[in-house]
Amino acid sequence: MLTKKVKKRIIFLTFIFILSVFAVFFILNSLKKNILYFSSPTEIKQKEDIPFGKAMRVGGMVKKGSITINQKNIQFTVTDFENEILVSYSGTVPNLFAEGKGVVAEGKLSDKNFFIASRILAKHDENYMPPEIKEIIKKNAK
Amino acid sequence: MLSNIGIALVYLVLIFSFLIIYISSVDLKTSSQFIEKNIYKLSLFQITFTVLSFFTLIIGFVNSDFSLINVYENSHTAKPLFYKIAGTWGNHEGSLLLWVNILVIFSYLFLIFNHTHNKKFRLYTLIFQNILILGFLFFLLLNSNPFNSIYPIPLEGLGLNPILQDPALAIHPPLLYVGFVGCSIYFSAAMASLLSGYAGKLFAQSIKTWVKISWCFQTLGIIVGSIWAYYELGWGGFWFWDPVENASLLPWFAITALMHSLIVLEKRNTLYSWVIILCLSTFILSVTGTFLVRSGILNSVHTFASDPTRGIYILSFLSLMIFSALIIFFIKNKKETYNFNLKSRETFILANNWFMVFFLVTVLIGMLYPIFLDVLTNVKISVGPPFFNIVIIPLVVPFMFLMAIGPKFGWVKSQNKIFYKILFLILGAIIINLLIFYFFGKYSFLSNLIFIAAIFLILYSLLDLKKIFNNKKKFELPRIISHLSFGLLVFFIGINHQFSLEEDFNLKVGEIKKTNNYEINFKDMKVKENKNYKAIIGNFKLTDLKNDLAQYLNPEIRIYSNPETLTYEAAIRTKITSDLYLTMSNVSRSDYYNIKFQKKPFMIWIWISALMIALGGFMQLILKKNED
Repeated sequence: MLTKKVKKRIIFLTFIFILSVFAVFFILNSLKKNILYFSSPTEIKQKEDIPFGKAMRVGGMVKKGSITINQKNIQFTVTDFENEILVSYSGTVPNLFAEGKGVVAEGKLSDKNFFIASRILAKHDENYMPPEIKEIIKKNAK
Repeated sequence: MLSNIGIALVYLVLIFSFLIIYISSVDLKTSSQFIEKNIYKLSLFQITFTVLSFFTLIIGFVNSDFSLINVYENSHTAKPLFYKIAGTWGNHEGSLLLWVNILVIFSYLFLIFNHTHNKKFRLYTLIFQNILILGFLFFLLLNSNPFNSIYPIPLEGLGLNPILQDPALAIHPPLLYVGFVGCSIYFSAAMASLLSGYAGKLFAQSIKTWVKISWCFQTLGIIVGSIWAYYELGWGGFWFWDPVENASLLPWFAITALMHSLIVLEKRNTLYSWVIILCLSTFILSVTGTFLVRSGILNSVHTFASDPTRGIYILSFLSLMIFSALIIFFIKNKKETYNFNLKSRETFILANNWFMVFFLVTVLIGMLYPIFLDVLTNVKISVGPPFFNIVIIPLVVPFMFLMAIGPKFGWVKSQNKIFYKILFLILGAIIINLLIFYFFGKYSFLSNLIFIAAIFLILYSLLDLKKIFNNKKKFELPRIISHLSFGLLVFFIGINHQFSLEEDFNLKVGEIKKTNNYEINFKDMKVKENKNYKAIIGNFKLTDLKNDLAQYLNPEIRIYSNPETLTYEAAIRTKITSDLYLTMSNVSRSDYYNIKFQKKPFMIWIWISALMIALGGFMQLILKKNED
């Protein structure tokens, strides 16, 4: 027979175990739902199963001379020097957003050539380039 | 010249560290009860030379001595004196020297202030701390020497990144460094405790003050960084779950857990192994954060210039630290028996620790998962803020309930006569929440729970506060202030989140934009020359349509010349009930300016309650001193 103390301990440990399993499941499940995939314009062109209407990130360089602005929104072209995509954004842009500089846009694809951004990330120093873009440019330069 | 002095001083520190380690190991074997006098002398020399080396670098920056590469790359003659000095730690090499300084200073202070404790324990602590010092000194000398010279000497420096030229950011690094690097001393102490067998209550007493000091500075440092992000980065928020912010939170969760479980160790002489684990992991997490940020794996304003060799060095050092800590822990750790009663304060503190660990694991996974996925599969992802919000926010509800009632339970076992009080206060919280809900607007079920829990914690703490004034149990005051402020913080963040107004639009000079409650008139613009930048100042007339009250806001676009950079300075009008926040930027050659307008209720109270959490910690330091 188990003593009272041992019994208590077993109950306690089972409780902790179930709780941690639940916690891990909860964390991983929410993680799965909130992942933002990063794609370059070329990847968007080439991939067949790009999800429309799901939040994602697009990155590249802001094409020179491509920024247009009107009362409601800002439009610009993101390029990886192979393919490009038009991005529309209504909101404020960060400090270091400029033509010819790296940018990461977060939002949804409306079609393969048009991206509606809800957030623009370019919040680094003047020499900054998102590492994803650095790689792409390196690849394309070859 | 300066370069030689600096390098000589750093080498002297290095030599003294070796000497301290050697003499301490010799002294370990002697039978004398006291630490040899020479060790004190050596430590005094060591701290003197370290501080001098740091001053040498400051002098280099103040005099704009461009013969030092570091000064050349990060300073400029036209910079105001204050930012010249702040530039010393506004770069990788300089901040590493600051890091070494804090390691040495804590080592010395721990040696002289803990004289009542066991000799072996103190010597081991000193040895481990000096091993850490050596590790970082080698890193500094091999790869990040702030005293490297350059020839021919350039006439002008490259300047400091303008977004770092800000008072909040000038004090942010030293605060955080005291917080993060301060953890090193109880990392060393924990190792020493395992080796010397100086455990339990006495060990808790020896590190208590140091844990509190680093907790206070970490908290304060994180808050200052957050305030800076609010007004300087122009995103109009205060927390973004940015990888860098997450990196700073990890050690904070660990240290907060440690601070609480340390009380259990001191009062009840149990949880020793857990406290040791927390001591070790707090510093390990601090270094991990630094590694991730400095190596360029996480991208942020903190990545000065990524250099893979740096990452590799810190990573090897980190692995060595973790590895040796684990080995010593598993060899030396003794079995403990736990005897916890459900209705006792220690159980509640344990619950606090579970929550902290849960938060820590969540943030850690959210931060590291993208990195692993990238390395393993080359798929690039990021984890958005919703992940953290979904996982962490619901847990804050029970956390706050426990936080309120936990301290009311006595040690070991207690009768709870507080059941009716809890019921009564929960009812009160629900009623207040319903009033807010009814009068100010609708929000989700989860937000209702958050508000109820926060109000409950606030009410409970206020009652505690009243009791203190009646029976003069002053030592409880800091705890109540910190807990109360946490409740207030969550409450104000909740209000701020629910009732913020945000509008983004583009305007030309002379145009008017009407939103729901405000009319924004872009009247004119002027240009102003300043010492190290040119400012374009917008003049906006903001009319509150409800009461026809007009006010002017003047956001700026600053064009810094060295290095050439744009920054956008938000115009913030702070009032007791809300902040008005306006930024303007210009993205292309067009006449349109990109405007962000926000009304954020109770913004100032978020800062005040956050600062009060830290204040509680500082009060505890001072009050404890007076009691002794």
